[in-house]
Amino acid sequence: MKNSKSILKKLTASREVSLIIVLVILCVAIGLRSPSFLTLKSIADMFKNNVVTMIMAVGMLGVLLVGGIDISIASTLAFSGMAVGMLLKRGVITSTPLAILIAVGIGLVCGLLVGLVVAKGNVAPIIASMGFMYIYRGLAYVISNNEWASADSLGDFKNFALGKILGINNVVWIMILIYIAFFILMKWTTLGRKLYAVGSNREAAEISGINASNVILFSHTMMGVLAGLCGALAVSIYASAQANMLYGKEMDVIAACVIGGVSMTGGRGSVLGAFLGALILAIIAKALPLVGIEAIAQNTVKGVIILVVIILNVLTQRSMDKNSLKEREL
Amino acid sequence: MSDYILELKDITKIFPGVKALDGVKFQLKKGEIHALMGENGAGKSTFIKVITGVHRAEEGEMFLEGEKVNFKKTKDAQEAGIAAVYQHPTSYPDLTVAENIFKGHEVLKFGMIQWKEMNRQAETLLEQLNADFKVTDEMGTLSVAQQQMVEIAKALSTNARIIILDEPTAALTKNESEELYRIVDKLKENGVSIIFISHRFEDMYRLADRVTVLRDSQYIGTYDVDGITNADLIKAMVGREIKDLFPKPEVKLGEEVIRVENFSRTGYFKDVSFKVRAGEIIGLTGLVGAGRTEVVESICGVTRPDSGKVFLNGKEVTIKEPSDAMKNGIILLPEDRQKQGLILSWGLGDNVTLPIISKYAKGGFNDTKKERELAKDLLESVDTKAVSIFDKASTLSGGNQQKVVVAKALAQEMKVVIMDEPTKGVDVGAKAEIYQIMGELAKEGYAIIMISSEMPEILGMSDRIVIMCNGRVTGQLDRQETTQERILELAMEKSEK
Repeated sequence: MKNSKSILKKLTASREVSLIIVLVILCVAIGLRSPSFLTLKSIADMFKNNVVTMIMAVGMLGVLLVGGIDISIASTLAFSGMAVGMLLKRGVITSTPLAILIAVGIGLVCGLLVGLVVAKGNVAPIIASMGFMYIYRGLAYVISNNEWASADSLGDFKNFALGKILGINNVVWIMILIYIAFFILMKWTTLGRKLYAVGSNREAAEISGINASNVILFSHTMMGVLAGLCGALAVSIYASAQANMLYGKEMDVIAACVIGGVSMTGGRGSVLGAFLGALILAIIAKALPLVGIEAIAQNTVKGVIILVVIILNVLTQRSMDKNSLKEREL
Repeated sequence: MSDYILELKDITKIFPGVKALDGVKFQLKKGEIHALMGENGAGKSTFIKVITGVHRAEEGEMFLEGEKVNFKKTKDAQEAGIAAVYQHPTSYPDLTVAENIFKGHEVLKFGMIQWKEMNRQAETLLEQLNADFKVTDEMGTLSVAQQQMVEIAKALSTNARIIILDEPTAALTKNESEELYRIVDKLKENGVSIIFISHRFEDMYRLADRVTVLRDSQYIGTYDVDGITNADLIKAMVGREIKDLFPKPEVKLGEEVIRVENFSRTGYFKDVSFKVRAGEIIGLTGLVGAGRTEVVESICGVTRPDSGKVFLNGKEVTIKEPSDAMKNGIILLPEDRQKQGLILSWGLGDNVTLPIISKYAKGGFNDTKKERELAKDLLESVDTKAVSIFDKASTLSGGNQQKVVVAKALAQEMKVVIMDEPTKGVDVGAKAEIYQIMGELAKEGYAIIMISSEMPEILGMSDRIVIMCNGRVTGQLDRQETTQERILELAMEKSEK
């Protein structure tokens, strides 16, 4: 009896579990309306098409954990994607690994710059990254020189996103590996603990000997690396590179984190949460057309669903906080 | 007609699983100042919240001037003439003093705020309190003491007959406290009845007519202040006698451990020099704002001094950030436990081991098992009443939180321990335990620097007392050769001019 009670308590106390419940309900509801939704192919497609959001969500988790935010990531993605696209188009490079490496390198520098301004210059993250959002997007246009890289000009690179290992798409594998790495990082390494410490209470962390600004710098650099990588992946997935690619995507990434229970004030959130948040967002996007909601209404419905999920999350959190406060009062 | 303006009988308040108040009674005479004392967690705050309508008691009755009342919300209590002034003023920093005073009951005419009239009324109120600031000042520019005055003015503006002060002097300096005493006396003259909560015996002796003691959610007794001694009160509050509140052991002092030379930071402190030997406890005192915290923060690398040197065991060390200080064994226990000392949303174990995770980690991975064992041992060694290392720091009382901060320091290799106001906001029982730990640390040969504003603590625990005033060291005295008056004199030397 006592045991079942504690399991119930655990279920309602964990954000991740409540998200999984939401997920299951969503899947069942959509599956009933549209049986094609729950087929293997449909699910595989959904993952492939949302790899970019999913990968960037885990990077954003790192930034949000330290109490920051980065809205320059879609621009970083466009910049690195465009750079790779143009290099392939002009025949400067042909190797796929090299293309990915270059994209990652560009992302690293982009993220590092944002991080330096935020961590060492003490500029508010939203402002700093807003500046870079325009800069990087602008650079994407500059290097594109008013052209775009079409499928033909990308050569072998576009096939990367078509290839499979053990029946799973290459890009999905990359996403899985990144999530495993971040899960380990957050759960078992000192760096992970430091990210949480800085976000929970920066002053206390600093007095405990943690160099908070380096930790913040790391989080933005990591975010940049992932955004850069996603630039290459996006080019391969969509088989084209355009300067305006994935415009506004940063909001989807932040929304994924928020749905996943990552706190906007730092210190709270999990890798699993970020993943589930991104997955819920992906399912919503996929399901709306399936259940017959017209394209023009989709954003509105998406917004409403995001709000509902978040409000539910906030309410749960509030009752949890209240309970711990009650304990405090005694 | 009842003798009492406020009377509570058999108040019981139950929070899920725990009785926060268990049959508490209380009687407030008209025009009296009544102190409410007890250890942290004794139920004082809950009791006050029942009076002000924040909480509703499950059992018990409340009478206001003999008539039974039943407050369903805070507004009911306000309308009945009961106002509470909290320790940390709950004000609007960007609004003016007048706006703050009349927040919620602005002076209106046809729905428009009558600024002139409101400011005039606010001025009258401030005059009553002898305030030295203007009603048009922004709240955020005032000191804590001044903000408290505004809160009191706010209470008066609602024609409160009963004013409740929750730890009014906790954040005030000596002079500011005196000013507050004066105001409270004046309120009493005007016929206002006052309940105040305080941990300072001084407040009680100076102000109160009677004192009611709560312990473990229960009513212990009500006493006339004239006929009671410190020892009686402590016994009532903790349920046992604290024979020796300051267990300062006699320690044979060793070699010099740390020496600070000509420390200066523009705008904060200048030419500060002192040294501490092994086993020695230095009491660093002075008025709030004298620069004590700033000095130790610079020693620990939280901020950087403009000039000056730190020597450890005779060798100069460079400290640029807190981790440098920690590597050298200089450990700071910060004043603000909740902001600087602990991560409140974390478990105790993770808090304790946070400074040493890198040391125990293997290849960047945390050694969770070892950490937990260590945390458990350390928390036991400081005797926290927490159930487990997974309890959240936010659920502990101030005294227990401080003990966790001590455990966190013990996790590190220490040479110099710097404790900034180690017993601030801590109840009597936990205070004694913290002094006990401090004494043991001295015995083990650590050099200890204790910042404190509490005179008994400074005189009770220090071997030597370093007094600061306006950013300078104005005196270094041996405990044996000093008196409270001499210390105060040095602490106020320059501010008098």
